[in-house]
Amino acid sequence: MHTQKKEALLEISELEAGFMINKQFYNAVDKVSFKVNPGKVICVVGESGCGKSVMSLSIMGLLPKQVGKVARGTIRFQGRNLTEITNDEYNKIRGKEIGMIFQEPMTALNPVFTIGYQLEEVLFNHLKISKKEARQRSIELLSHVGIPRPEKIVDQFPHQLSGGMRQRVMIAMAISCQPKLLIADEPTTALDVTIQAQILELLRDIQEKSGMAVMLITHDLGVVAEMADEVMVMYAGKIVEQGTADQIFNDPKHPYLQLLLEAIPRLDEEKDRLYSIKGIVPSIVNMPKTGCRFVSRCPKAMPDCSEVSPDMGDVGFEHKVRCLLYPESYPKEVTEASR
Amino acid sequence: MNQSNTLRINTSTLTKSTETNLLEVKNLKKYYPITSGLLRKEIGQVKAVDDISFTLKDGETLGLVGESGCGKSTAGRTILRLMDPTSGSIHFQGKDITKISGGTLRKVRQDMQMVFQDPYASLNPKMMVGHLVSEPIRNYYPNRKENETRSEVMELLNRVGLSEEAYYKYPHEFSGGQRQRIGIARALALRPKLILADEPVSALDVSVQSQVLNLMQDLQQEFKLSYLFIAHNLSVVKHISDRIGVMYLGRLVEITDKKSLYREPLHPYTQALLSTIPVPDPQARFKKERIILQGDVPSPENPPLGCAFHLRCPYVKPVCEQIKPPLKEVSSGHQVACHLYG
Repeated sequence: MHTQKKEALLEISELEAGFMINKQFYNAVDKVSFKVNPGKVICVVGESGCGKSVMSLSIMGLLPKQVGKVARGTIRFQGRNLTEITNDEYNKIRGKEIGMIFQEPMTALNPVFTIGYQLEEVLFNHLKISKKEARQRSIELLSHVGIPRPEKIVDQFPHQLSGGMRQRVMIAMAISCQPKLLIADEPTTALDVTIQAQILELLRDIQEKSGMAVMLITHDLGVVAEMADEVMVMYAGKIVEQGTADQIFNDPKHPYLQLLLEAIPRLDEEKDRLYSIKGIVPSIVNMPKTGCRFVSRCPKAMPDCSEVSPDMGDVGFEHKVRCLLYPESYPKEVTEASR
Repeated sequence: MNQSNTLRINTSTLTKSTETNLLEVKNLKKYYPITSGLLRKEIGQVKAVDDISFTLKDGETLGLVGESGCGKSTAGRTILRLMDPTSGSIHFQGKDITKISGGTLRKVRQDMQMVFQDPYASLNPKMMVGHLVSEPIRNYYPNRKENETRSEVMELLNRVGLSEEAYYKYPHEFSGGQRQRIGIARALALRPKLILADEPVSALDVSVQSQVLNLMQDLQQEFKLSYLFIAHNLSVVKHISDRIGVMYLGRLVEITDKKSLYREPLHPYTQALLSTIPVPDPQARFKKERIILQGDVPSPENPPLGCAFHLRCPYVKPVCEQIKPPLKEVSSGHQVACHLYG
């Protein structure tokens, strides 16, 4: 990472975000640091409850105010720290500089307004254009995302469209102001496979043509392999491994990732039995305080694993892992103390 | 299994028949009426299941795959007689169960149980797990002694990988994977022959999904179960099934054993479906020849004439727009409904 010379588009360091539960604060995202470079597709993958959505909501400043907050750390977008700006300033970035696509397109669209109204609203908010221009631009955007008969669809309501079409509308909305970064939180989870393929192809296509960076959040390793340049694997609020798509799939280092890849049934392989990871993800309220968070489920656990909290260690060019099996992951204090 | 013998006095008479097909479905149709107006006049029909036929052998797993709205769940529920079929016939263990009702149906139901998709919605939150799992036994054998039932249930809970303390807990105390185990234990309580599993792992995380799939495979061996496994995830279906049927808009378009389905899919829809599944291998995206279908599944209210797939099919011929292709056997055990073949 440090070898990168060009300026990162988004730089997150030591981010801690979470929720108040019974008057106590629990971190759902714990000391997460990473960079998103311009024009790259970075995938965040993990199981439910690993903190991937909380992280994307923190970047967008959309954590529910009453219960959730960003506790520590910085989110730098184009050099500006987003944790310090006011809501009004945020509103100028959201939708314009950073676009977002949500998982369930039906709940993300307002059922009582037409598609056109909702698209124009984004345009009016961020650009100085006339009503006529906005409508024209909405129609162009709809045809750009592959919606047939856009001049008709623009006057329809969300319920009149299929799931795949709604997700296309969401994408049109997210890219309407040519954002530098698109955050897509499980954009195809609610869709059928044939529609998923259409949407992923559309996203790739738009990304390549516009050169925006995409942060794709998903639980599906297949989707990751299809889309990612870089991958971050999260487990229980921490990044456990990050690297290029090739490194992640062909040379996984963390036992969790290795086992996860063994546990999914695959079309291109014949297995009698799937590997299954014993146990479940620890819940946010009883996360182990010290040591590795995967220790209770890890077949390679050593005595140190429940004592020493591993750091991210470099195991290859831009390939980092958080696991004590690799000496690089031992925190500096511990290595020095033992000397 | 001593206890299972005491439970089922009538099994010996039922299994005596030399039928190898546990389940035979012929020309099954389920249409829902579309009504309108004050008098609820019928103005049309949704052909949710439109003329499907297949068989399920003893101890076999048949997977039904398809996209949402293709009628796979309706087919499953109609076969269990949770809904009445519009026409067609269902034979279970050699008996015609299409028209039976009341006590006869109740008796047959013992042998066919169901595992549901959403483990959060299918367990009554106010009931103790022990009571949830023992309810089928209490229902069918009201005279059994309480402690017998309890030890039986505890054994079942152990078998599906839960501790005996689970008996006294409530569903909210369990994770999604554990709840699905409870659902499976409940389905097993009457030692059925057939289990209909409707998307049993789609609500679960990958690492938990493999636990449940492995458990289902073990139980199949141990209890000699047949599964009708409904899912939209082709990788999961391929893993667990012996044979697979692919559904599209209420019709079965292809059915064969899993090897030939994945090696040489014949129907253009199956080919497209297989090619669009993301494979966890970054090289695959350059290697794979992908068929991306255009458009959406047409509405079953107003299905197109001829082959239901012809609007999206890359190999469409004039005949496809006119005539519905019947399901035909093209090689041993491989049936496909497409005009391209024969």
